[in-house]
Amino acid sequence: MKIIVAIKQVPERDAQVRIDASGKWIEESDVQYAMNESDAYALEEALQLKEKHGGEVIVLSAGPERVGTTIREALAKGADRAIHVDCNDLATRDALSVARLLADAIKPESPDLVLSGLQSDDLGYGQTGVILAELLSVPHASLILTVEKTDAGLKVKRELEAGWFQEIELPLPAVLAMQSGGNKLRYATLMGIKKAKTKEMRVVGCDDLGAAQPALATLDNVTLPQKQKSTQIIEGDAKQAAATLVEKLKFEARVL
Amino acid sequence: MSGIWVVLEERDGRVGRASWEALAAGQKLASLTGKALNAAVIGASTEALAGETAAKAVGKVARVEHALLAAYTPDGYTIALHQFFEQEQPEFVVFPHTYQVRDFAPALAARMNEVLISDVVGIAEGPVFTRQLMQGRLAGAYRHRGNGPCFVSVQAGAFRAEEVGAGSAEVTTFAPTIDATQIRTKPGEPFRGSAQTVDLGSAQRIVSVGRGIKESDNLPLVQELATALDAEVAASRPICDNGWLPMERQVGSSGQTVSPKLYLAVGISGAIQHLVGMKGSQCIVAINKDPEAPIFEVADYGIVGDLFEVVPALTEALQAAK
Repeated sequence: MKIIVAIKQVPERDAQVRIDASGKWIEESDVQYAMNESDAYALEEALQLKEKHGGEVIVLSAGPERVGTTIREALAKGADRAIHVDCNDLATRDALSVARLLADAIKPESPDLVLSGLQSDDLGYGQTGVILAELLSVPHASLILTVEKTDAGLKVKRELEAGWFQEIELPLPAVLAMQSGGNKLRYATLMGIKKAKTKEMRVVGCDDLGAAQPALATLDNVTLPQKQKSTQIIEGDAKQAAATLVEKLKFEARVL
Repeated sequence: MSGIWVVLEERDGRVGRASWEALAAGQKLASLTGKALNAAVIGASTEALAGETAAKAVGKVARVEHALLAAYTPDGYTIALHQFFEQEQPEFVVFPHTYQVRDFAPALAARMNEVLISDVVGIAEGPVFTRQLMQGRLAGAYRHRGNGPCFVSVQAGAFRAEEVGAGSAEVTTFAPTIDATQIRTKPGEPFRGSAQTVDLGSAQRIVSVGRGIKESDNLPLVQELATALDAEVAASRPICDNGWLPMERQVGSSGQTVSPKLYLAVGISGAIQHLVGMKGSQCIVAINKDPEAPIFEVADYGIVGDLFEVVPALTEALQAAK
């Protein structure tokens, strides 16, 4: 099976983000970057499918030069080769525009399966996989936890809300948007890291892909969220704060 | 052009709560833009849903109905709603941000050469749509620039379902043309993962743990606090993803929705998927070392500090107070 996994490099979860001078995005120089979490699960699923059924895993990532480190990490974990869509303006592109870039990079490869993570931890549009399927004219399923190859195509387990699940059968080629938690993530081995350096990473210019069109939705400014409640922050060292909290829960909130 | 259409979703044979909230968002949009507010229901047998909707303050109710829409499939819903909106030419289409909507609405928008502004938590003059960025740590203001319909999905809990008034709308039926061969996925019946033995929904007190706990070996810290509080232990998604606690203890959009008297969030940053499951709690306490964590947006009381120091101190203080 030839599988393409779309991964995104995002600010690390614990990164302290600051709004930049334009007020339209974050100060990128401040933060460390990592592989988006649900994309890491998509990569893991792809590697496991390859181990069971053979074939090739190709990593696809759009973004500036720095995404090369995340691509190398994916190669070190076992992906065979990579395509880097070199693009500096991802944050200002809408979900359709980014999906067009990725779809154009995918088409010449004619993969059997395209996997993406469900949602990115930065912009969180949660649409890339679904739009990719539309642009590639193939069926899709989202919120997928496990994937099983069948004679007719795939049988997947989809997460529904409030603890419910569903199995879905679909033919190949297809696109799946993977939910986190379906597998245990692997670490790259030392050997893997060494090997990754020799694997092919093809860079495609963003201008060569995705017909330019004006944005359909724009992010006009970024602000700190409005507080919904006024939180009483309890000061003091751990012991003092704990004692004060117990008092407040008992006599003020009356929940003890 | 035909104003605003809100697409409502069925839950157990009735219109779901998130859909009424989407209708409230549609109402807000109507008041800001002066456009007419309409609603659509979709399925194989939508009479009851349409009846329920027609009793609300909406202009028109459309039943988008076809036998092949009996079970939800992204293909079926995309084809049917595409045909319907090609006919209606709406200016705005509003959805509840449910798992089902996330599965087809981006494709529907793309098919109409448009993009979905997803997960909206606020609408202001413009219209400007607010949605969360960076796991809730920042808010982004979005504007629609396309010429076609502006597609929006609305986060659960962001608008008040009660704000939609009563009315009596005209009901029409739209019959899309769908061929069975166009539906490429075969959905199975929904099922529960395992027998639910923990009913967090009726718990009076909950101690919930997140990523900040670092490793499963540290969980007893939280369990001791729960014992001292006579509370149930719950968790945010990553803890259950790692298998440290069973899935049935997960609070959030994919887990259980809870509304205890006391919800104590330990090392939980407060991503929106978690907040929607717990923000109805009477009293929320957050312990987190990051003062910017979004959990503090919804907490009544907060302690900014290292949970490995605060939690044992709190357990001790509770035991002493007994």
